[in-house]
This record gives sequence, structure tokens and C-alpha cells, in this order.
Amino acid sequence: MTITRIIVPRLILLFFVVFGVAIITFAISHLIPGDPARLIAGDRASAETLENVRRDLGLDRPVTDQFVIYVRSLLHGDLGTSLRTRRPVAADIATFLPATLELGILSLVLAVLIGVPLGVFSAIYKDGPIDQIARTISVCGISMPVFWFGMVVILLFYAKLQILPGSGRLAMAFAVPQRVTGFFLIDTLLEGRFDAFLSAVRHLILPTFVLAFANLGVITRQIRASMLDVLQEDYIRTARASGLRRRVVIFNHALRNALIPSITLLGLALGDLLYGAVLTETIFAWPGMGTYVVTSIQTLDFPAIMGFTVVASIGYVLINLVIDLAYMLADPQIREVG
Amino acid sequence: MTAHSVQRPHALSIENLSLEFPTYAGAIKALDGVTIKVGNAEIVGLVGESGCGKSVSTMAATRLLPEGRYKITQGSIRLFGRDPMAMDEEELQQVRGKLVSTIFQEPMNALNPTIRIGQQLVSVIRRHEALGRKAAEAVAVNILADMLIPEPARIMQAYPFELSGGMRQRVLIAMAFSCNPGLIIADEPTTALDVTVQAAILRLIQGRARRTGTSVVFISHNIAVVSQICDRLYIMYAGRIVESGPTRAVLDRPQHPYTRALLRCLPERVRPKEPLESIPGTVPNLLDPPPGCFYRPRCPEADTRCMEKPHETALPGGQAVSCWQRAGHPSLPSSEVPS
Repeated sequence: MTITRIIVPRLILLFFVVFGVAIITFAISHLIPGDPARLIAGDRASAETLENVRRDLGLDRPVTDQFVIYVRSLLHGDLGTSLRTRRPVAADIATFLPATLELGILSLVLAVLIGVPLGVFSAIYKDGPIDQIARTISVCGISMPVFWFGMVVILLFYAKLQILPGSGRLAMAFAVPQRVTGFFLIDTLLEGRFDAFLSAVRHLILPTFVLAFANLGVITRQIRASMLDVLQEDYIRTARASGLRRRVVIFNHALRNALIPSITLLGLALGDLLYGAVLTETIFAWPGMGTYVVTSIQTLDFPAIMGFTVVASIGYVLINLVIDLAYMLADPQIREVG
Repeated sequence: MTAHSVQRPHALSIENLSLEFPTYAGAIKALDGVTIKVGNAEIVGLVGESGCGKSVSTMAATRLLPEGRYKITQGSIRLFGRDPMAMDEEELQQVRGKLVSTIFQEPMNALNPTIRIGQQLVSVIRRHEALGRKAAEAVAVNILADMLIPEPARIMQAYPFELSGGMRQRVLIAMAFSCNPGLIIADEPTTALDVTVQAAILRLIQGRARRTGTSVVFISHNIAVVSQICDRLYIMYAGRIVESGPTRAVLDRPQHPYTRALLRCLPERVRPKEPLESIPGTVPNLLDPPPGCFYRPRCPEADTRCMEKPHETALPGGQAVSCWQRAGHPSLPSSEVPS
């Protein structure tokens, strides 16, 4: 089966990637100046306390032993304990990741839902008014810095018009829903609290839109370019010469082929969204991975940074796997021949 | 013209058609007073070098030229008596594939690479015929079998990349015939294929057309290929018809110097070890064509009369030629013909 031929090598690769990342993060954490024991125990701790902390953390053992322990605990899903929150890093990530996923997935969906049709119509009506508008939007999306655009929408919709919230995931008045999926949109509905659901929706609008905007520009451009290519193809002429409806020719015959080169782009966009949302999350005080990792870096929280890096690299390998599978779905030549 | 085609309109009738492509450098005069008539159940060949307007004539008839990028300056087109220029998009779609099908040159790219062969055939059949999926699939399998495709049921499940060029061309021909059109435009259908496959493909088109009474316009730059299956020939040069007539007559008594030159270029007509001829010079620039006969700069027989555009002279036996050298003496002895 072709599908196993694609998945198995990726999973083997995943193992090596994680191992490599573990070596690098471990090395960096030991090479960067600064004493974690001192950070934990505080400036005024006695030498004895420091020694105790070191022993607790295993820092008194040889480096090789430390590495073996680190990898062994990684394999058990133990990413260590955050120096700042004093909670297991894995638990922290489990808390913050859903917020990022909720924001990232929604904004990718938004970018695709707007970007793909915009690119298609831009290509069909090349140089017409729709194309001009679409090209303007995509240039703006690509070139406007997220932090600037984010602040503009906050100023406009939150500060000036006061119609949308500008920070957080939920209004203060609502209790955080019982965690089932970690996605507030789903969890509030599971609890049957429709007013809390609406509040979650309202909080999502601005950051989703800001995060989607940059990707929307890239997606529109990519789809427009590949549609223009595909519309020149002989098989499109065949389809037209056979009297097929315009709608069928464009969406069934042309778009199907134009999507293939866009798959890589979508995969990369997803990767960017999931952990490159740092700026957006910071601006909108969104309690996600971006905010978590920024704070961790600021406080030299090594275990948190290392844990984040490992999780992010696993995420990237998995996204690549999804891209390969998507290629297989889209392109029969890859599916049937491999 | 037979009595039978007088009652019914021609499958295709292009009358004195002139067509230009406006560009920044000026108008490219792609067609200049072209007249082509294709009767019912007639197989007609359209021969000429690349860029002489063969495909433009037929693509204008099916409105497949890029809309808004060309201008018809005179003349008219009729498909079974109907004017394609007066049709809206919906009418055009119903005509294409149902009344007139086109088989294009490049079988490699003419089928959609991401859609199964069967699905591509079925969607065309169901667009034009009121058939369910199962019935349309049965029609598709039948027509594939009719095109001598082995294991048609299996081919239905295949993607284009799994087939050879010859097989793809058979699929395209099957697709063109699938809704029993009245007219098929075969635009160099064999040019990209092996010589051995060419003959088989020609026979397929000819056989199916004869059995179903379908008219065919067969476009080729190779006069030898078209003469194998066509009833009549039109020879085009630089956007004009220079000679026309029944295939036999044109081959046996070619009148226009260009037709003669084309025939002299055929390897089949030259004895072994004799040098193969080629036509000196190049086709004129259609942005700024020379005055008079367009073939004059390359013509060995040209004289001062040729500075004016030649009229078409009708010859006995249905032949017609646009050449000053033939205007005076309509029937030339066949001894002048190259062997």
C-alpha cells in the first residue's frame, strides 16, 4: 500500500528529528550561561540550599547521565518542570496549546475560505476590477506587519467603536468552561452556555482576522498564479470544447489541478499559524503557546523553552506528513505510482 | 454539391471570413476572405503550414478563440445553419460537444490529469444526454471499445498518465464522438503520434464518421495524411485559401504553385536517393503582409500580375484556385504535374 509507504518513513524520520532536537535543546540549555539552581532558589539562597536544589534537579550528575535521563523522560512524555509556573511543562503546554490551535485553525480556515475564491475569481477576471481589488488585498496582507495591523484593529474596533473585545479569550463575567477539548467554542457549547459561546466568538474575531490576513494574501496570490497557469492547459480547452458548464470547468477541472501546488503553502501556513502566532497572541493577550514561550524566554525558563521546541518540531514533522498525504489525495500520479 | 446537401444546411459554412487579432504592434490579419464549406457526412481536409489560419478558422466557428482578443472584419460563419457569433454562453455550451466536437493535437495534455478517464467521458455524455450515471458509463465503455481500446472497463478507472499517447488520443476521439455530433473538427489529431499509430487513428476517425454520417474537418500540415481520408481538400496559405477541390483532383492536377511545392516536399513522392525538396523563403509577416498574392515572394512562377490579389478561378471538376498564372487557362495538361 502506498499510504504505508508514505507514513512509515515519516514516523521513522520523526524519531530521528525528535532525537536531534533533544540533543540540540539539551546542549543549548547547558551552554547558555546562567545557573538554573540559582534561578529557582533565588539570589539569597545559601550554598546548602543551592546544593539541595541541584541534587533535586539531577544537576550534580555527569552531563551524559543527565542527557540519558532527559531522553528517557521525553519518551515517557515528561518534558520536565517549568521553573516559572512550577508545573510540569507538558501540563502547561496542554493548557496553552488548545488556545493557539483554536486561533490558528480558525484563521487558516478563514484565510482559505476567502483566499481561494478570491484567487480563483482574480484569475478568471484577470486585470478586471475583481482582480485589482484582490491584488490590492493580497499585497496589503503580505506587506502589513501583524503587530501594526493588530494594533490598528484594536484601536478601531475596541478603543474607538467599542464593538469588539481586544484581549483575552472570554469576558471577565464568564467562568472558564470545564476543559474537555480546550477549545472554548466547543467547551462552552458542551456546557450549554450559549452566552459564553458568543463571548468566545466575539473574542476570537479580531485576532483570527489579523492572523488570517497575512496568509490570505499569500494564498490568494498562489491560487491566482496557479489558476492562470492551469487555465492555459490543453485539458481546459478540451473541457470547454466538450460543452461542459463554465462552473464545472473552473471548479472541477481547473481548481482541482491548481490546488496541488498550493498544498505545500497551506501546510507551511499552518505551521506558521500554530507557533508563529507569537506576535498576534502577545498583542491580543491571547493565553496561547506564543504568549507562553515569550514569557518563558523572558524568564529564562529552560525546561519550558526546551519542551516547546520539542513539541513544535514534532508538530512540524506531523504537518509535513499531512502535506504528503494531502498531495496523495490531490494528485493521482503520486497516489497510484508513489 | 449533391442534391441532398442543398436541402439541409451545410455542417459548416464559412463565407468570405476575415479575422484579425489586434496587438500593440498592429492588427495580425489571421484570416483574409476564407470560404470553407463542409457538407453533411463529408470529410474535408484543411492543409497548410503552421500559422496559416487552419485552426483559427475552426476555432472561430466554435467560438473557442479568446473572447475579446479577436475581431471579425467581414464574412459569416454558420454551423448547421446557425450563427455561433449570435449564441450566448449557454447555447454555445450545448453546441460544443453535442453538435460540434473538437479533437485537439496534444493527447499528452488534452485530458485532465487528476480525473479518471471514465469520469471525464461520463461528464461530457451526461452534459448533453439525459442519461443516468450507469447508462452514461455503458455508453462510454461502448465507445471506448469502438475505438479499439483493449479492456475498456479497466481504462475507465485509469488516469491519463497511465495511458500511452496513442491510447489517450483514442480516448479523446471517443470523447468527441460520444454524443454523436454532426461535425467533428480534428485539429492535427495525429501530429504528435508515431507514424505507425497515425494510420490506425486516421482509420478510426474515418470509419466512425462514415458509419455515423458525421462530417469531419481534418486539419493537418501534412497533405499526405489528409489525402488518405478526405473527400475534398482546402489548401491554405497565410490566411487565404489558395486552392480547393476533390482530393483526387488536387493531388493529380495541383494548380497552385504552393500546392505543387507541398506535394514535391513529400518523401513518399520522391524516388530513393533523390534530394527532398523544401520551399524556399518563409511565410509572410501577417502584421504587414506584402501586396498582391501572399505566395509571390516564394513563387517561382510569379510575375507583375501577382502584385495584385488573385481572384478565385473555378475549374472543371469542382476544383478552384487563386492564382494569376491559372486564371487564363483553366485546364492544364497533367504532364506538368510532378510525379
